[in-house]
Amino acid sequence: MAQVIANGVYLGAQYALIALGLTLIFALMNVLNFAHGQMYVLGGFITYTAYGQLGLPFIVALLASGVTLGVIGALIEKLLFRTVIRRSVREESTMLLAAAVAYFLDAVILLLFGEKQRGVPKIVNGVFVSDALIMPYDRLLIGALAVLFIGAFMLFMQFSKPGRAMRALAQDRVAAQLMGVRVDRYSMIGFALGAMLAGVVGGLLVAITGVNSGIGGPISIKAFLMVMIGGAGVVGGAIAGGFILGMIESVGLSVLHAYGDITYLVIFAALMVFLSIRPNGLMGKPWG
Amino acid sequence: MSTRRMATKAIALVAASILAVIAGEISQAEAANKELKIGFVGVTSGPAAAWGTSNVRSMQTRAAWLNETGGVKIGDTTYDINIVSFDDQKDPKRAIAGMEKMAQEGIHYVVGPNVDDGAAAVRPVAEKAGIIYFPYAFPKELYVTPASNAVLGMIASYQSGPAIYKYLKDKRGVKTVAFVAANESDPLSQRDSGVAAAKALGLQVVAEKDTYQNDTRDFTPVLTPIVKLKPDLLVLSGVAPANAPLLIRAARELGYKGLISTETAQDAKVLQEGAGELANGFISVGGASTPEIRSPAMNEFIDRYTKMFGEYNDESNTKVYALEYILETLKANPKAIDNVEEFKRTMDSFSAPNPFMIGDNKLRYVGSTSFGQKRQVAVPMVVNEYSDGKFKTLFVGEVD
Repeated sequence: MAQVIANGVYLGAQYALIALGLTLIFALMNVLNFAHGQMYVLGGFITYTAYGQLGLPFIVALLASGVTLGVIGALIEKLLFRTVIRRSVREESTMLLAAAVAYFLDAVILLLFGEKQRGVPKIVNGVFVSDALIMPYDRLLIGALAVLFIGAFMLFMQFSKPGRAMRALAQDRVAAQLMGVRVDRYSMIGFALGAMLAGVVGGLLVAITGVNSGIGGPISIKAFLMVMIGGAGVVGGAIAGGFILGMIESVGLSVLHAYGDITYLVIFAALMVFLSIRPNGLMGKPWG
Repeated sequence: MSTRRMATKAIALVAASILAVIAGEISQAEAANKELKIGFVGVTSGPAAAWGTSNVRSMQTRAAWLNETGGVKIGDTTYDINIVSFDDQKDPKRAIAGMEKMAQEGIHYVVGPNVDDGAAAVRPVAEKAGIIYFPYAFPKELYVTPASNAVLGMIASYQSGPAIYKYLKDKRGVKTVAFVAANESDPLSQRDSGVAAAKALGLQVVAEKDTYQNDTRDFTPVLTPIVKLKPDLLVLSGVAPANAPLLIRAARELGYKGLISTETAQDAKVLQEGAGELANGFISVGGASTPEIRSPAMNEFIDRYTKMFGEYNDESNTKVYALEYILETLKANPKAIDNVEEFKRTMDSFSAPNPFMIGDNKLRYVGSTSFGQKRQVAVPMVVNEYSDGKFKTLFVGEVD
């Protein structure tokens, strides 16, 4: 049982970090970023290139992933989303744009990095073994780093000036503007931060799960699932959604494995019932 | 007067130049070969992109090579080969659209699709439009009469599985076996045939229901209950090259000490990057050309592929064959160039030297035992064991 719980906590930490960036962008701009998974994949490939191919230290590679995706996110917000939001009164325009960005990034990634699964050397060797639990040290490290990043992100949002400004934007865009918050500036910072989180988690997990050009779509879908469970646009909800999904997956795959692949069937059925009772997820929007 | 003369000279010069250019174009057109379009419908994007990409790149490499050396002479006509490709995104609906596009372009020979449901979906279009297609999919109904337009482009899992399990039972003392597969039609059907083959050999199957979503990134929860059963052999049925290193790594890190195998082709570099030395001992049905049996032509193919696309894919060791079979069969019966019934008639007696293997190996159609008619290309069944970044040949077999 300890193994199942440890697997669930580890998966949950990964998932929560993946969902954070998505929910942040949704909270700030009401944009469902369908390209979140592709940003994750790009971050993974940057770390693969810097650490796996060029031999740079892992932390430098991770930094490169975060910074690159941050810049890309800022440019995408400034050049694309800001224009569309300003000119279009229909909310689905941003969804179409996000889908177009996702397809574009998919194609670029395939062209630049090819079709093969890529992986990097383990960042820590060895496996922790006890009577109840087997866990490779690199997973423990990545899990700890994921929790650390989540904590740092929450502290940033809670206590920094940009964090407060972004929270104000998420609560009430007009009121924040009237109070002197520079909406354009903090929307761009928020989008860049969301993209940076996707890049960092992609880089972090390339050491465990590797990366390939086709996984962007499935990653986005899983992230949406977590956000729906926790409540769209709520940071705490995304974290809760990530850990809940990780734990359900781990328990389901362990308990239900003899019945074939019904774990996700159960998850989706439960989600339908859950959303019919709580359509805004666990914590709903807005965040406070 | 002088101005008029100058103008006349200029006009004459321009006219002469135009005539020279036209004459050049005409002579060039006369010298150029005719074009023979060969189609590809398969998956070149998404998580399974490696399957189709290795396919189409093999075709493009071979076509460029043939064109560079003067084209392919079929009957009295020499053709340049033009590969027309269509990404079906592993979606049967798109596969149908792809096959319809091939029909509209007047193409009679198509390589692909790469998966079971796509291959089954395109069958009506192919049969109606008079297209012979070479799927990498295993449903027997595609190859058994009344079906006659599909030609299996590789060794099926129900052909290689029994050979592998028997080898491991006899040589490595395997007694218990567990199966795990992605929850998709290809891997599930391969798992079912694998389970049947293992039971027929008297092996004890300790797990046969465990599955995973194809987009799973962390397989530790999937494999935790299976590893506890301590099977002698863990079979990764129909595993995609992207998932194989992740499954191997998760199993080994959970303390699994037994053998791991699959019936699908894998790529050594992907295994090396994704699982490192944890992948040592992994057994797969390799591409149909290992260093021990490959000819100088195969080595040149690998060099050309690497130059064209930057990196070779070991799956192309098998996928180099389909285009070769099409062209050699057309050479054997030029009437088949636009008549697939002629092609079918030729298949029964067709035989040509295999350029990719040493020795006197032949290209020929097989499949009589499995399908009751010759609807499979004869490629060597090479069973590999991965070791430190390379595949080593365990044994080479063949099917009929």
